[in-house]
Amino acid sequence: MSNVILETRGLTKEFNGFTAVDSVDLQVQQGHIHALIGPNGAGKSTVFNLLTHFLPATRGEVLYQGQVIAKLPPNRIARLGLVRSFQISAVFGQMSVLENVRVALQHQLGTSFHFWKSASSLNHLNQQAMQLLESVDLQDFAMRKTVELPYGRKRALELATTLALEPTVMLLDEPTQGMGHEDVERVVGLIRKAAVGRTVLMVEHNLHVVSSLCDRITVLARGSVLAEGDYATVSANPLVREAYMGKEAEHV
Amino acid sequence: MNTATTHFQDALQRSQQRKQLYLGLALLTVALLAPFVAYPVFLMKLLCFALFACAFNLLLGYVGLLSFGHAAFLGTGGYITGWLLTRYSSLTPELGILGGTLAATLLGLLFGVLAIRRQGIYFAMITLALAQLTFFIYLQAPFTGGENGLHGVPRGQLFGLLDLKNDLAMYYFVLAVFLFGYLLIQRTVNSPFGQILRAIRENEPRALSLGYNVNAYKLLAFVISAGLAGLAGATKTVVFQFASLTDAHWHMSGEVILMTLLGGVGTLLGPVLGSSLVVWLHHALGGSVLGSWMSVILGSIFVLCVLLFRAGIVGYLQKFVQRNLR
Repeated sequence: MSNVILETRGLTKEFNGFTAVDSVDLQVQQGHIHALIGPNGAGKSTVFNLLTHFLPATRGEVLYQGQVIAKLPPNRIARLGLVRSFQISAVFGQMSVLENVRVALQHQLGTSFHFWKSASSLNHLNQQAMQLLESVDLQDFAMRKTVELPYGRKRALELATTLALEPTVMLLDEPTQGMGHEDVERVVGLIRKAAVGRTVLMVEHNLHVVSSLCDRITVLARGSVLAEGDYATVSANPLVREAYMGKEAEHV
Repeated sequence: MNTATTHFQDALQRSQQRKQLYLGLALLTVALLAPFVAYPVFLMKLLCFALFACAFNLLLGYVGLLSFGHAAFLGTGGYITGWLLTRYSSLTPELGILGGTLAATLLGLLFGVLAIRRQGIYFAMITLALAQLTFFIYLQAPFTGGENGLHGVPRGQLFGLLDLKNDLAMYYFVLAVFLFGYLLIQRTVNSPFGQILRAIRENEPRALSLGYNVNAYKLLAFVISAGLAGLAGATKTVVFQFASLTDAHWHMSGEVILMTLLGGVGTLLGPVLGSSLVVWLHHALGGSVLGSWMSVILGSIFVLCVLLFRAGIVGYLQKFVQRNLR
C-alpha cells in the first residue's frame, strides 16, 4: 500500500437520517485506473461529490497527497489537481467547442477577472486548445456550437476540458453511460490514453469497460465498501455476485 | 488544419466586428442628431432608462441572475447625487454623479455579499427584501424629502466649464454617460471575465469543477451592474433636478424586467429598445384616457412577452438575420 494519492477515512454522508455513504475507507494508488462500482443507489456519485466537496461530509476525512482537503471549496480542490467530471455530460452548450476547452485553459493567463480586457487576448490559447481537441479527435469540430455535437463527442469534449487543467487525479463519473458500442470503444481508448502518467478514479456500470481498463476495483453497496481488489478477485467474491452481479453475471 | 481553422475564426470574428461597427456608427449618428428632431429632455429620459436596463441585463442576460431589487441602485444613485449636489453647492455635477455611482456600487457589494450564494427564486427574494428595506430608509430619512422627493438639484457646470442648464449640452453629456456604460457592458461581456460568466450561465457546477470560484465572478458582475444602475439614477437626477421615491420603488424593479424581456434578454441592444418602448408608452398614453390603464397595458405586454416572445424583439431580429443572411 505504497504511494496512495487519494484516501478517505471513515467517510460518511447522512441525508436526514438516511446514510448514503457509510464510513467508506478508500485508497487510490498513484498511477492506477481505479473503478468504483455498485448497484444503483450504492452511493458512488455521492462519494464523488464528497471527494470534491460538492457536498460536505457528515463525518470522516479526505486526504489528497497526504493533505486533508475536506475544508477546501470545490474550486480550490480542482486547482490542486483533483478534477471531476459529471454523470450527465457537462459542457457549455452555447459556446463553441474550442471555447469550451479554452475556458479551462484561461487560468494560465490570470486575467479571468479582467472585465476591461478584450476577449481576443484569449486567442493565445487557441493553439493549445486545438492540441487538446486533437488528442480526443475533435479538431474538425472546433468551431461548431457545442450543443450540435453528438453525445459521444460531448463526452470526449468533456474529457479534453478536464485534461486542460492538467489534473493529477481525474474523477470520471460514468464516462460511457448512455453510449452506443462504438462510442464506448472510442471513449475507453481516450481514457486509456489520458490516464498515462495520471491517476483515474471512475464510476462505471459497464463491466467490460471495468475489466479491460481498471487496475483495481472497489465495490460499494448500500453506502459501504463490500469488496476490493482486481477484477478477478472482485468478480469471484460471492458477496459481490449476490449484491451486484447477480443479474449482470449472465451477461459477463 | 490548426492554423487554418483559427484563421477562419479570426476572419469570421473580424467580419462580425465590422458589421457591428457599422450598426454602431449608424445608431450613434441617429443619437447625435436626435435632439434636433425630438424633445431633448425626453431623449435624456430614454437614455437613462436604457442604461438602467442594460445594467440589469448584464445580470439577467449574461449571468442568469434575476435581481428583483435593482430599483434600490437606481434610487441610491439618484438620492446620493441629489443630496451631494444640493448640500455642497461647490461640487460640479460629474463629481456628484461619481458620488452617487460609488454609493450604488457599495450598496451592490453589500446586497451581493448577502444574496449571491442563493439560487433562482431565493436570490430574487433576497434582493427584493433588501431593496424594500432601502426603500423604507429613503421614505423615512430626513435628507430625501420623504414622499415629496428631493427637489432643486442644480445641474451646475460640467467640470466647472460647461453650463448644463442648456438642454443640448446636457443631452450630449447624458449621451456620453450612456455610451460609457453601454461600451463597458459590451466589453465586460466580450472579455476574459465575460467568458467565465458565459460558462457559469451555461453550467455552473462544471465551471466550479474547472476551478472557478463562481460566487466571486457572480459578485463582481452584480457589483458592476449595480454601479451602472446607480450611474443611470445619478444622471437622471441631474437631468430632472429631482430625485423621487418612484425610482426606488419595487415597481421600478419590475419595470426593468419588462423592458429587458421586451427588447431581448441577453442581447446588447435589446434593453435599449425595450426601455425606449416602455418609456415612450408611458409618455404617449400618460396624457390620454388610457393613462389610468397603463398598468394593465404593461401587464398584458409582459404576459405576451413571456408566453410568445421569449427572445424579445432584438432576439427575434437576430434570429431572423442569422437564418436569412447566412
